[in-house]
Amino acid sequence: MRRWTPYWLALPAWLWLAIFLVVPIAAMASVSLTTGNLIDGFTQTFSVSNYTDAIAKYSTQLVRSLVYGGVATVIMLVLGYPVAYWIAFKAGHRKSMFLFLLLLPFFVSFVLRTISWGFLLADDGILFGTLKGWGVLPQDFHVLATTVAVIGGLVYNFLPFMILPIYVALERVDPRVIEASYDLYASRLSTFRRVVLPLSLPGVFAGVLMTFVPATADPINAQVLGGTSNTMIGNIVQTEYLVNNDYPTASAISFTLMAVLLIGIFIYARALGTENVLEAAAR
Amino acid sequence: MPEDVPAIELDGVVKEYLAHGETVQAVKGVSLTIGEGEFFSLLGPSGCGKTTTMRMIAGFEEPTKGLVKLLGQDVTNVPPNKRDINMVFQSYALFPHMNVWENVAFGLRRKKVAEAEIKQRVGDILEIVDLTGREKRRPREMSGGQQQRVALARALVNRPRALLLDEPLGALDLKLRQQMQTELKRIQREVGITFVYVTHDQSEALTMSDRIAVMNDGLVEQLADPREIYERPASKFVAGFIGTSNLLSGTVDAVDGDLLVVRLGESDRILVPGQAAAGDTVDLTVRPEKITISTEQPEAGLSMVKGTVGELTYLGTYNSYAVALADGTEITVFQQNAIDSSVTAERGDTVWLSWRPQHSYTLS
Repeated sequence: MRRWTPYWLALPAWLWLAIFLVVPIAAMASVSLTTGNLIDGFTQTFSVSNYTDAIAKYSTQLVRSLVYGGVATVIMLVLGYPVAYWIAFKAGHRKSMFLFLLLLPFFVSFVLRTISWGFLLADDGILFGTLKGWGVLPQDFHVLATTVAVIGGLVYNFLPFMILPIYVALERVDPRVIEASYDLYASRLSTFRRVVLPLSLPGVFAGVLMTFVPATADPINAQVLGGTSNTMIGNIVQTEYLVNNDYPTASAISFTLMAVLLIGIFIYARALGTENVLEAAAR
Repeated sequence: MPEDVPAIELDGVVKEYLAHGETVQAVKGVSLTIGEGEFFSLLGPSGCGKTTTMRMIAGFEEPTKGLVKLLGQDVTNVPPNKRDINMVFQSYALFPHMNVWENVAFGLRRKKVAEAEIKQRVGDILEIVDLTGREKRRPREMSGGQQQRVALARALVNRPRALLLDEPLGALDLKLRQQMQTELKRIQREVGITFVYVTHDQSEALTMSDRIAVMNDGLVEQLADPREIYERPASKFVAGFIGTSNLLSGTVDAVDGDLLVVRLGESDRILVPGQAAAGDTVDLTVRPEKITISTEQPEAGLSMVKGTVGELTYLGTYNSYAVALADGTEITVFQQNAIDSSVTAERGDTVWLSWRPQHSYTLS
């Protein structure tokens, strides 16, 4: 009997996922294959025209979202890896303090943080307004409502999700293995490239996954920090659903995004996930 | 290379750490020389500074004071990757993402040795450590003993000037450890490289070493060959740390030529070589297996003490007696279980213990 205990304990979580994830997704899949409108009602037609139409109409935003998400992820990786490395190997006994600082922004709501970024980046806000007043920046300088602002917001909001998994992976690297590499004539750079980096790849993989997916689908940053030319796919879903009440189109876009992300992740996992990267590092 | 240049030379090496705002001296001034091809052990309890000393030889720590020389060249500030020394780590520290072959080839590849030569040398060393055929294994797929041999091969394949071993057998069980001791000694003879062996296990050090430096509290207490260390411990600490020792303390009664006559109790008379004046208190030591136990008074000219047998333990190849003297001092005596397996005395018997004067030593 006792060996079933873990399964019983996991049951509530499975039920939760079944009820609040699987059922709504199935419902949404069904909605995405209906036709009609809010007034006349929707009928299940199993027509895929919702998908073809949505892709035709919003491919620009879809591609833009993938580019924004991708660029933000690369920036987060470049910014986050050194931070994770520093906390794991150099922060000493203040490690937990730095980890706490990293999580501190989560005590403030995501939307609020993004809006406060909006204040910070405003053309005549405390930062740029002051700099313009001093004559450091030209009067027509602006960041808000540009691509830079949206990607910057994404980077700011999701950075901890990149740092934490990389930190966990680096933290697990035995310092003696690093010493062994130095002992075996490897330079610092070579030790990083052949020992530290490969051993931290599982963390990099998790970090990329945990940032690229939500950043690509995020509507808040584009809405608060972007202009009309920065609309992302998340904003389209929001508008179609809440403003136009076009539930089939909104559902179809959501599924298209999901499919694109899953395919992307699959390709990424095949390319970077496993053995071949480690084997390359061993040479 | 001239004969008289030592492989490794430490000159007044000191290592200080800052711990909780206080300066702690881990190594308080160690000077020693290790000859080419020597099997040299740093022996001591944990916290004695032996590992720090070794890490300074490897280059992982920079001495606060003093010099580290390799074949006469000052390498004190040379980083580990530029030192012709390799190390076998306590937990092996194998690269978990590489197989056996890649682990062993790592150093040669970093030194840009030609691929054909790498193939040759890795193959040869894997044969020496008996791992041929396991090249494709990952470390986690191997037993502790095998991982140990990979670690050894990974270091030796580079033909370093010296090999440092940090308690390399600590994680192995007793049988395997004894097997690896013999194995290590064989490999060292075969490759002819200087071995610096760090251990807290005195029997390991005694079995394998050409010379041993016994360390305590950041200093070398005694540096000598195993026989000398065991037979003639230079200090109370060494006597206590190596093997079983009986420590006695008494007053010098008279000086008879080179011998001191030390009195403990009324019928006790200990003769010990040493320098002291009558009336001085001296500490001395005698090994349990040097003592003869008998129920009759021994002949004159021997050291003799009288006591009562407390505990008698049968240990297979020998019997161990715990004999209490009149003043309460307990002396351990080993009696070889030779031809006649009977015991001389039982618990509660009064016995005489005797030994030759040259088998006891005064301690500083």
